Amino acid sequence: MKKEQQLGLYHQMVLIRRVEERGAELYQQGKIGGFMHLYIGQEAVSTGLIAAREPRDRVITAYRDHGVALNCGLSPNQVMAELLGKSTGMSKGKGGSMHMASVEKNFWGGHAIVGGHLPVAAGLAVGDQYAKNDNVTICMFGDGATNIGYFHEALNLAKAWGLRVLWVCENNKYGMGTSVERASAVGEIRQKADGYGMGSERVDGMDVMKVYDAAKNAIEQVRRESTPYFLEVVTYRYRGHSMGDPERYRTQDEVKKWQLNDPIGIFRKYLMDKKVANAKALDEIDARAADEVNKAVEFAEASPEPALEELFTDIYVD
Amino acid sequence: MAKITMREAISQALSEEMDRDPAVFIMGEEVGVWGGTYAVTKGFYDKYGPNRIKDTPIAENAIIGGAIGAAMVGQRPVAELMTINFAFSAMDYVVNQASKLHYMFGGQFTLPLVIRAVGGGGRQLGATHSQTPDAIFAHFPGLKVVSPGTPEDAKGLLKSAIRSNDPILFIEHATMYQVRGDVPDGEYLISIGKSKVQREGKDLTIVTYCKGLELSMKAAEELSKEGIEAEIVDLRTLRPLDMEPVLESFKKTNRAIVVEEGWKSYGVGSEIVSRIYEEAFDFVDAPIIRIAQKEVPLPYNRTLEQAALPQVPDIIAAAKEVLK
Repeated sequence: MKKEQQLGLYHQMVLIRRVEERGAELYQQGKIGGFMHLYIGQEAVSTGLIAAREPRDRVITAYRDHGVALNCGLSPNQVMAELLGKSTGMSKGKGGSMHMASVEKNFWGGHAIVGGHLPVAAGLAVGDQYAKNDNVTICMFGDGATNIGYFHEALNLAKAWGLRVLWVCENNKYGMGTSVERASAVGEIRQKADGYGMGSERVDGMDVMKVYDAAKNAIEQVRRESTPYFLEVVTYRYRGHSMGDPERYRTQDEVKKWQLNDPIGIFRKYLMDKKVANAKALDEIDARAADEVNKAVEFAEASPEPALEELFTDIYVD
Repeated sequence: MAKITMREAISQALSEEMDRDPAVFIMGEEVGVWGGTYAVTKGFYDKYGPNRIKDTPIAENAIIGGAIGAAMVGQRPVAELMTINFAFSAMDYVVNQASKLHYMFGGQFTLPLVIRAVGGGGRQLGATHSQTPDAIFAHFPGLKVVSPGTPEDAKGLLKSAIRSNDPILFIEHATMYQVRGDVPDGEYLISIGKSKVQREGKDLTIVTYCKGLELSMKAAEELSKEGIEAEIVDLRTLRPLDMEPVLESFKKTNRAIVVEEGWKSYGVGSEIVSRIYEEAFDFVDAPIIRIAQKEVPLPYNRTLEQAALPQVPDIIAAAKEVLK
């Protein structure tokens, strides 16, 4: 990977973290409502994954979607405005934290029913198969989604029909507050792909370059062989499942242990060890990201509320 | 114009739209090699091939979820649910995804999707396979619900549904595939969301749709022999609901009954009666009567099943009651 691209990934990871940190503050101030799920700790996953796609490859994810939106190329302004429910958000303030998307950026949401978007992801690939192109659909979901029926219907269909889908399970150890060990028949989630005759591998999700390399190979394989593939990306979220999680299901020691393995810290060290950038250059990127997020908050706060007439638009097309 | 069956009318609509637009394809259980469990797509597999007539696994979430995804990226799938009772397995996709994705993402996604589903009782299929749950689906803004009562309407409405850019649930009745009627050949479109007066009369208004239309037409013939002329308004689309012809008729007759096959509680009739009371209260000359299914799960036994379903004599008796 070229130096500029590596620095670009570093910038994206820092940007996600700053957006999430500011989002948490704004939530506590009551400026963001509803449910909000932060991506802090998991930045390397979507950053590495989405960097490996061609622009024609589609991305669809669950409700922990702010980082994915940024990686797909949506601006911090649009993300922050949607969080604040403003008319300048990408979903015009009608979707909120869990429902970000952009057809232009080939990002198909932001879906809040656990596992519900997996058959839809298969459907995106059905559409591409029908159109006879070789686009790949990258479908991200949590470990919790692999225990629900939708998952199994979607994986089965994808394999039976030879759909170009890369299934990406972000195993962050807990489905809300219930650990993988307590909820899943198998601790190593990638084993579930075996039942569908699907190739799979397990990847260190705290290392962005490892995620990128695995995703690059997997996407090309899916494209070439016209069959789905399964990546289990092992990661960890530092914050609660959503805002207001009492976190009785894990110890702070456990969280601290994972924070020693911080994806931004790991990548920063990698970039310095490989002499891609020195500390000063990386600090400048940090400062730039912080500045962008400050401006995004200003933009979102200054943006107008949706007009009341918006209540009745976009229900039907015809 | 030819006299054809409901089955032929639906089949014609599907094949004409597939011939017209290469983005249209069919997916569902046994739609291909089998020829459709109600033989609606018989011959389609040989004519259009497996890419356009997709036999799916028995997995309703994959069928409707998959059709939604394909529609989002610009195809025009017609997804078939073997029976509407299986829509409950795919409930999330019908009411939570199809009906909401356009709105929730600020209009970014469009879903040119038709879900065809066979509903209704009367075939001794037992409680889980005989339901008429149309009202449940009509409850959700964002979804359109169409349910024709004649072959002509079936063809015109289905062709319009396939061309629409909205998600549409198209409900057919399991006992009506052999019903015959005049249907225009070739290009024939009927607007979604328009009720229609199917029979003119001056004495009372019968508001109904789908199977209820068949029963009401028979009842009207009997009533006519006794000098009572019923006007029958066929809703055809449950959402969006077109009340204009209903109110216009009611303001003329001042008396109405509503006939539906689903359960009475919280049903289509409840909605129609409320709207009449809200919008034409001054014209009410008698309490409006709802004819609907008895409040039981449908039994297998033929006599018991028929006793639970609305029948022609029920309609005749209700008509006389509102005219008292």
